[in-house]
Amino acid sequence: MTAPETTDVAASIPDARRTSLLRFATAGSVDDGKSTLVGRLLHDTKSILADAYEAMERVSKERGGEEVDLALLTDGLRAEREQGITIDVAYRYFSTPQRTFILADCPGHVQYTRNTVTGASTADALVVLIDARYGVVEQTKRHLAVAALLRVPHVIVAVNKIDLLDYAQGPFRSITQHVQTHAESLGLTNVVTVPVSALKGDNVALRSDLTPWYDGPTVLEVLETVPSIDQGADDFAAAHRRGIVHPTAEQARATETGWRMPVQWVLRPQDAAISPEHREYRGYAGQVAEGTIRVGDDVVVQPSGRRTTVAGIDTADGPLDQAHTGLSVSIRLADDVDVARGDLLSSAADAVAPERAFHAHVAWLTDRPLRVRDRVLIQHGSARVQAMVTAIDGILDISLPGGTLDSSIATGHELLLNDIGVVRFQLAQPLAVEDYGRHRRTGAFCVIDPQDGNTIGAGTARASAPGIGADAHVTI
Amino acid sequence: MSEDDVTTTLTTLDALESEGIHIIREAVGTARKPVLLFSGGKDSVVVLHLATKAFWPGRVPFELLHVDTGHNFDEVIEFRDRTVERLGLRLQVAKVQDYIDDGRLRERPDGTRNPLQTVPLLDAIVNHGYDVVFGGARRDEEKARAKERVVSLRDEFGQWDPRNQRPELWNLYNPKHLPGQHVRVFPLSNWTELDVWRYIQREEIDLPGLYFAHERDVFTRDGMWLTPHPSVRVRDTDSPESRSVRYRTVGDASCTGAVESTASTLDEIIAEVAATRITERGATRADDRLSEAAMEDRKKEGYF
Repeated sequence: MTAPETTDVAASIPDARRTSLLRFATAGSVDDGKSTLVGRLLHDTKSILADAYEAMERVSKERGGEEVDLALLTDGLRAEREQGITIDVAYRYFSTPQRTFILADCPGHVQYTRNTVTGASTADALVVLIDARYGVVEQTKRHLAVAALLRVPHVIVAVNKIDLLDYAQGPFRSITQHVQTHAESLGLTNVVTVPVSALKGDNVALRSDLTPWYDGPTVLEVLETVPSIDQGADDFAAAHRRGIVHPTAEQARATETGWRMPVQWVLRPQDAAISPEHREYRGYAGQVAEGTIRVGDDVVVQPSGRRTTVAGIDTADGPLDQAHTGLSVSIRLADDVDVARGDLLSSAADAVAPERAFHAHVAWLTDRPLRVRDRVLIQHGSARVQAMVTAIDGILDISLPGGTLDSSIATGHELLLNDIGVVRFQLAQPLAVEDYGRHRRTGAFCVIDPQDGNTIGAGTARASAPGIGADAHVTI
Repeated sequence: MSEDDVTTTLTTLDALESEGIHIIREAVGTARKPVLLFSGGKDSVVVLHLATKAFWPGRVPFELLHVDTGHNFDEVIEFRDRTVERLGLRLQVAKVQDYIDDGRLRERPDGTRNPLQTVPLLDAIVNHGYDVVFGGARRDEEKARAKERVVSLRDEFGQWDPRNQRPELWNLYNPKHLPGQHVRVFPLSNWTELDVWRYIQREEIDLPGLYFAHERDVFTRDGMWLTPHPSVRVRDTDSPESRSVRYRTVGDASCTGAVESTASTLDEIIAEVAATRITERGATRADDRLSEAAMEDRKKEGYF
């Protein structure tokens, strides 16, 4: 193995003005070789700089290793270096001429749910590692369940350490079958399995000669071609035609539904205007959470329910006719309606209905248990409201038979650290919370401790169910 | 954003710009008194540029704070003041020199003042009542920073506790804090050095001239090119010579080294950065070289 080569060809420099951005996360159990896989991706895409590589070489030698340990690259904090483990989600950056990648590297042992949920929440794709010698283990099921819960659009299962099985096809085939069966029962329809050796570099970024029986893509090829969350229907269709991915009906539908934008700030400069003609400007600043906003669209302001139309879409660089998902803009409305930070603008077609109560899957991220009648804060978009837990309907237990998310709910009345449960909330003010299955942005929320302000839970709202209350039981 | 976009997909730069604006608006939306740490360095310049976009057509609704080591390059200070004036903003300066003059801080034997910035910074945060402190740090700069949050809670001592960070989910940021605590907010968390340069190029953002190759008298020490400056003791064994150099960061002159370069335009700098084999901080900051954990230690102390 040699240090990354320099390149002086201007044309080969990834150009962020043209590439698209993909966020992905990695998850695996201890010793699955996840750090090595991440190091391998960075190494083979020539993303490791010389001084970082030399530092790895030095440490590898000090530890008596013969080869450079690529896993060292991702051991960031001193506590981790001392213990030889990874304790917290770390973010890595690399690019190819096609794409820029943001990698959330999620450690797999303690705090597994907390870390995987954090990484998966922003991910367009999740790479799950499996040790080919052991196949699908409990941790794998847990990672796939998190992917299903958080609706990560694409899952890549890297079946690692195939070098230790002499690159045999049999184990890979049976693991693939096992993964697909399990994924299907979880409702994951877009799972790709890839046979890899992170240590030797097979099928990670470079196609292996040692797996002639495998004609699918490498891990990097999948990452380079799957559509990102921000991409619309056209891109799904284009990728589909190339035979790369199979957009789910859900994703296709999400691109056809209306738009959403939480209001972050009211732009009303008055005396602080940068020039006199903007003195009376009034716009509502936010980032398009979903869909495409067009000038002239009918708008509903939630939770007030007031209706008006989009008079203009502004940016500091000039007005736009339309604004797509992910873009930060300022919206001018035709009528002088009352709009404040925390409100949600949505298209009148397919509008949101605000709710006083809702239920959700909640991943619990702190040591103190969550119990019925606990008071918390819910952060949803730019809104933050008080809430009370009215019921805990059950806890996700992936060891239950059936294998679907709904069949895996065991009885339970409190959520402990790393539990995922079904929780009902009553809200002090109505919120436009939507079904996460259809609206990844407006269905997501954080639970915040009202006393110390810490983020203690991650929630995905479910379609509203009848009979909200402490004694209500719904089929889930 | 680019005009020729035919698909609904944002380019990397558009996505990063919108994310940065979102983060700034979100933090200001919940802040009592926000402030931006502004040194005149390229990253803080880009954060300020994003802030002007986030609040257009209004002025940026917060002050700037510079922790002046007293060892800054004159042209960076001039650039700083020019920028503040152009945007009609208010600048607060916390001076390390004041602390040395009245004995609250002592010079280090090696003469570097970067580690001395922590106390004046924390005092300024308390004295001005800042609760949200924007900075230009990026996760790709250094290993310890790869685990930093976009919104990072600091205790009464300004300390970062890497083992007790808030999970950051979706694009929901949580700047809630108790009296005495504050949050540091890093809108460029997901940018790489190359992204920053591409953005500066696309947006035609003005920078201090030090970033571009120029002839300068320099001498080599610990493998870095240092420039004779009142803060840098030139030893008898040092032999300054004229070289074409540029700076990749423009911090304290006593420990910020130049790199040999002929890159005098943004295109040339981008080509150089893309081809470079040394990470930014490794190349040019002597204080990061003290130990592998140097950055982590200083972050825990409350330095950026």
